[in-house]
Amino acid sequence: MKSISDNTRGRIKLTVLRIIVYAILIFLCLLCLFFFYLMVINATRSNAQLATGFTLLPKENFFKNLVNAWNDSSINIPRGMLNSLIIALSSAVLTTYFSALTAYGIHAYDFKGKRMVFTFIIAVMMIPAQVSALGFVQMMNKFHLTNSYIPLIIPSVAAPVVFFYMKQYMESVLPLDVIDAARVDGSGEFRTFNTIVLPMIKPAIAVQMIFSFVSSWNNYFVPALLLDKAEMKTVPIMIAQLRSADYSKFDMGKVYMFILLAILPVLVTYILLSKSIIKGVTAGSVKG
Amino acid sequence: MKKQKPQTLGTHKSVSYAKWGYIFIIPFFVVYLVFTLAPQFLTIYNSFFENYRSGLKQIGPNFVGLENYKALFSADPSGTVRILKYAANTLILWVAGAVPQFVIALLLAIFFTSYRLNIKGQGFFKTVIYMPNLIMAAAFSMLFYTLFSRVGPIQALLEQWGVIDASFDFFSNRITVRSMIATMNFLMWFGNTTIVLMAGIMGIDQALFESATLDGANSVQVFFRVTMPLLMPIFVYCLITAMIGGIQMFDVPQVLTNGKGAPNEMSRTLVMYLNGYLTNKNYGMAGAISVIIFIITGILSAIVYKMLTKQYKEPQAQHRQRKGKVL
Repeated sequence: MKSISDNTRGRIKLTVLRIIVYAILIFLCLLCLFFFYLMVINATRSNAQLATGFTLLPKENFFKNLVNAWNDSSINIPRGMLNSLIIALSSAVLTTYFSALTAYGIHAYDFKGKRMVFTFIIAVMMIPAQVSALGFVQMMNKFHLTNSYIPLIIPSVAAPVVFFYMKQYMESVLPLDVIDAARVDGSGEFRTFNTIVLPMIKPAIAVQMIFSFVSSWNNYFVPALLLDKAEMKTVPIMIAQLRSADYSKFDMGKVYMFILLAILPVLVTYILLSKSIIKGVTAGSVKG
Repeated sequence: MKKQKPQTLGTHKSVSYAKWGYIFIIPFFVVYLVFTLAPQFLTIYNSFFENYRSGLKQIGPNFVGLENYKALFSADPSGTVRILKYAANTLILWVAGAVPQFVIALLLAIFFTSYRLNIKGQGFFKTVIYMPNLIMAAAFSMLFYTLFSRVGPIQALLEQWGVIDASFDFFSNRITVRSMIATMNFLMWFGNTTIVLMAGIMGIDQALFESATLDGANSVQVFFRVTMPLLMPIFVYCLITAMIGGIQMFDVPQVLTNGKGAPNEMSRTLVMYLNGYLTNKNYGMAGAISVIIFIITGILSAIVYKMLTKQYKEPQAQHRQRKGKVL
């Protein structure tokens, strides 16, 4: 009898534990969603409605706010989104292609200094962009490249973290025999990379493209130092500009709409691809 | 690893493909050299020069040796050494966000990987808690400002409930401003850490948990004696990369306080300090601060580097990878 009562006690304990765990999880989820929920709700309310305070239900002014924000004279959000889109897409393509190419160069070939090259990239991987920003801005000034997309796109060719991810991924999915087989078939080295290797590492490419796109879209520090012409500004700069503007004169519905527009592309991407994105946070490495 | 073509005829020597290795890594290194390494040296070089604008007059650049560093570490008229104050702010803000981040992430990682608990809907939970990690920090911060401002809904709600009175201002109080920044950092990063730690726990041999349980260990003992020791390398890796991210803290406090670090510069971080000199074009001082931040991140990077090269084939997750990668 004793063992049975122990058993039930254990089961009750487990149920209570489960309830607590679910409660914690639901609380954290609500915390994550709460601020964004308020943002969406407030983007549907007029300035007058917003002045009345807090509400959890949407109103009918979503499209009015959207039109107002879209046509705002001081913050040209469509232009900002276009600028950000051009920069982020180009960076994503460049960063994944060249990181894969570099990783392949080190993965598939033997050459003098290979070990050193690899070590160097790992060593500088964690150094943040801010600590070379001064020299970077000075150089771009000298080259007359301020208010240009170039300094925000080209540097993404050399992304040590993406390189590292690609290298790890290749180690787990890319046997060297495949490359040998391609050679026997007469495929040139560069063609082998483009037509055989790239398709084999597609999942890694896709995931890194998303991460690169997101980081470039959200990037604020360096672009803010390089772009001061209104028509070149990216979305984060415009958001910061919104913060420094005279707040009391603003239509608050429009402000919420600006914030919503700023995060919308990333949010939509995430909702569509969340599964592979979350896998990508760890995938390339865990497979090894 | 040397690739050799079959030597059918004695006239053929083995073909070396080494040159392709060089060709494939050239673009990376050229771009790295021009856009990161050269600017890095230029930044260090600048730190030894006096170079700023005073009104309409341009001072310098004149070589001043270590004067910029001396100025950086000397007290201003009020007696505070500003860089130390901002370093302390950065540390406080980071710790306030990172402690809950790691505690919660560790808890969630254990919940999610526990067979006994068998949590349902993991996909959904993970999707939601990871989401803030991808949100533009500047926009998230602006959202917080709007929601918590004097005319925002949170102020209205709390006034209605009688928690605060009308004179209360979230942005003139050191504790509330710091709490908001820490909360945002927590929300943005705990999901990421959870996923990374989960992968770490799942990488541990299940038999170890089973035998520990069979030997009569309870779940607390299993956690401290089995899980934690085996998870340690990944946990430390996460912690240090999080620190490197913390030193770079900028977007959130910059936008939240409009670059002022209000109240009373209590939420001004090191990188906000650097940004101030960069926008004022005081390149000497900006250089000196950059070098200080470079040294701190360099030391932390050295630890990461050691961990990665020692066992870089083990599950290492890309963490905080989006910070500082793309210029």
